[in-house]
Amino acid sequence: MEIILALAIGVLAGSGIWLILRPRTFQVIMGLTLLSYAVNLFIFGMGRIKLGMPPVINTDWAADPSHYADPLPQALVLTAIVIGFATTALFLVVLLASRGLSDTDHVDGQEKLL
Amino acid sequence: MNEWLKHLPILPVAVPLVVGALMLLLNDTQRRTRLTLGFVSIAAQLYFAVTLLGLAAGYIPSDWPDGVGVYLQGDWPAPFGIVAVVDKLSTIMLVLTALLGAAAWCYATARWDRAGVHFHPLFQFLLMGLNGAFLTGDLFNLFVFFEVLLAASYGLMLHGSGQARVTAGLHYIVVNLVASFLLLIAMALVYGVTGTLNMADLAVRAGGLAGSERRLFEAGAAILGIAFLIKAAAWPLNFWLPAAYANASAPVAGVFAIMTKVGIYALLRIGSLLLPTGAPAAFGGEWMFPLGMATLAFGIIGILAAPQAERQAGFCVIMSSGTLLAALGMPGVVLTGPALFYLITSVLALGALFMLLEMIERTQAFGAELLAVSLEAFDLEDPISSDRSDDVVGVAIPAAMAFLGMSFIGCALLIAGMPPLSGFIAKFALLSAALGTSVTDSPSLAAWSLVAGMLISGLACIIALGRTGIRLFWSSEESITPRLRISEAGPVGALVLICVALAFWAGPVMNYLSETASYLDRPESYINAVLTQNSVRTVMPGVSP
Repeated sequence: MEIILALAIGVLAGSGIWLILRPRTFQVIMGLTLLSYAVNLFIFGMGRIKLGMPPVINTDWAADPSHYADPLPQALVLTAIVIGFATTALFLVVLLASRGLSDTDHVDGQEKLL
Repeated sequence: MNEWLKHLPILPVAVPLVVGALMLLLNDTQRRTRLTLGFVSIAAQLYFAVTLLGLAAGYIPSDWPDGVGVYLQGDWPAPFGIVAVVDKLSTIMLVLTALLGAAAWCYATARWDRAGVHFHPLFQFLLMGLNGAFLTGDLFNLFVFFEVLLAASYGLMLHGSGQARVTAGLHYIVVNLVASFLLLIAMALVYGVTGTLNMADLAVRAGGLAGSERRLFEAGAAILGIAFLIKAAAWPLNFWLPAAYANASAPVAGVFAIMTKVGIYALLRIGSLLLPTGAPAAFGGEWMFPLGMATLAFGIIGILAAPQAERQAGFCVIMSSGTLLAALGMPGVVLTGPALFYLITSVLALGALFMLLEMIERTQAFGAELLAVSLEAFDLEDPISSDRSDDVVGVAIPAAMAFLGMSFIGCALLIAGMPPLSGFIAKFALLSAALGTSVTDSPSLAAWSLVAGMLISGLACIIALGRTGIRLFWSSEESITPRLRISEAGPVGALVLICVALAFWAGPVMNYLSETASYLDRPESYINAVLTQNSVRTVMPGVSP
C-alpha cells in the first residue's frame, strides 16, 4: 500500500515537473494539474495511511483515536483541491487569452527565434 | 475593553470580504455605489489598523498580555481552533497595508478602475488576503490567505489586459502556483511530524523533536522557507518579478510593493517562533544572509541594465527584498528594528514610485517612448483612447510638472537612501547596527559585506534613477504637461509626505520598532498568549465539555 502510494505521488510529481518545464502552455497546465494531484495525495498520506477507518466519530465505538483516520489532512486536502481547481481554471482562461492575443501557444507569447 | 473591541482583530478580514462580495452583486455601471463601498471599507480598515496598533502598543488600555491579542475564531481554544493573533509586528504590517491600499485605491479611481471589469471587488479581496496573512496564527490559514491574496492579484495583474500584460501574468501565475504547491508540501510535512498547524503550538513541539523526526521537520521547514522566499523575491527565485511588476497597471504595481514583504513577514514571524529551539534552514542566518546578498547583487546588476523606468522600479523592489533578507539574516536582534523601519520606508516609496512613473509617462509625447526598449509594456498608449483621455471629471492640480519632478526626486532619494528623507535614516540605522553587531573589536566580514552591498545598491539606484530622471524630464524634446487630478497626485504626494513625517519623528518610530524587535526575540509572550487564551463560552452544567 505504502509503496503504491509513494510511487503514484512520485510519478505524478515527476511528470508534472517535466511538463511544467515545457514551452507550450497546454503542457504547463497539464503539468500543474498532475502536480496538484501529487500534492493532494501527499497531504493525504501525511495523515498516515489507514484502511477502512472513518474520519468522523462514531458514537457506537469507543473514543479511541486508533479507530479513526486523522480527519485534519482530509479537510486540508479538500481545501487544497478547491483552491487548486479554482486557480487552474483561472490559468486556463489566461492561457486562452494569451493564445488569442499572441497567436501562439508558447509560454513567452512568441516563438523562439532561431 | 468593551465587547466591540474584542471582535476588532477579525474585522480587517471580515470587512473587505463582505464589501468585496457586496460589490460583486453590483453591476459595473453602478460605479458610484462601488466607489462609496470601497471608500467605506478602506477607511474602516485604516481605522481598525490604527486602533489595533494602539491596542498592541498599549496606547489604548486593553487586557492583552504583553500587547498580544488573541481572537478565537469559532471560540475554540488553540491549538484546536484557528486563531487570529494581533501583536506589534502584525499591526505595523496592517497599518502599512491600509495606508498603501488607500493610496493605490484613490489613485485607481481616477481612471484605472475603468480599464477592465471588477477592479474594486478584486482590490478588496487583495486587501483581505493581505490583512489575513498578517493576522493569522495558523499555518494552513496562512496558506489560505496567501491564496486569497494571490487569486486577487492574478486578476489585478491582468487588469487592463493587453499582450505584454497577459504574458507576464502567465509567468507570474505559474510561478506562484508552484510556490503554493511547495507551501502545501511543507505544511503537510510539518503536520505529519508535529501533529499541529498552530504556529505557537508548533514552536513548542518543534523543540521536543529528535532524530529522524527532527530531520523530517527540518526538511519541511526548508521547503516552507523556499515557498516564502519565492514570495519575497529572493534570488534565484525572482526572475518573474521585474516583468510582472513593470507590466501591471500602475495602482496594481503600487499595491504589489507590499506583496514581496508578505514573504519577508512570514519568514520573520515563523523564524522568530522557531528560533529558540534552533531555526531551520532559510529561517536562520546561515542561509538567509547569503541569499539576501545575492538578491541585492542581482538587483544592482538589474537596475543598471534595465532600460525602462518601470523595470528599474521592479529591480528596486528586489533590492529592497535583498537588503531586508541580508539584514534579518545577520546574527542578533539589533538589526531587526532598523530593518522594519527600512521595510516601511521602502514599501511606501516604491508604491509611490510605481504610480508616479505612470503619471510621468503621460508627459512623454506619443511615440517618444519608442526610443526606449520593450515599449509594448504600456499598453494603453494611444492618447485618444478613452481611458487615457483627460476629459474624466475631476479637479486638476496646478504646476503638474513641478509636482512630478519633486515627487520623483523624493522617491529616488527615499529608495537610494540619501538624506534628508526617511530612506537615509533607515539605511543609516541599518549600517550602524550592522557595524555594531560584532562582539570583538572589528566588525565581522558579514557586516562589512552588508555595508558594501547597501552602499553600492544606493549608488546604483542614484545612477539608474538619475539617468531615468534626465531622460524623462530634461532630454525629451516635446513634453506634454499632463492634467493631473487631485485623486492621482494626492496619494503619491501623501505617501512621500508620510516618509517625510517618518524622517521627522524617526526617534519615536524607531523606539517602537526596536521594542517590536526585542518582543520578536522572546517569542514566549506570543506562545503563552495564544495557548492560554480561553474561550468565552461557559460550559453548561451537566454537559461534559
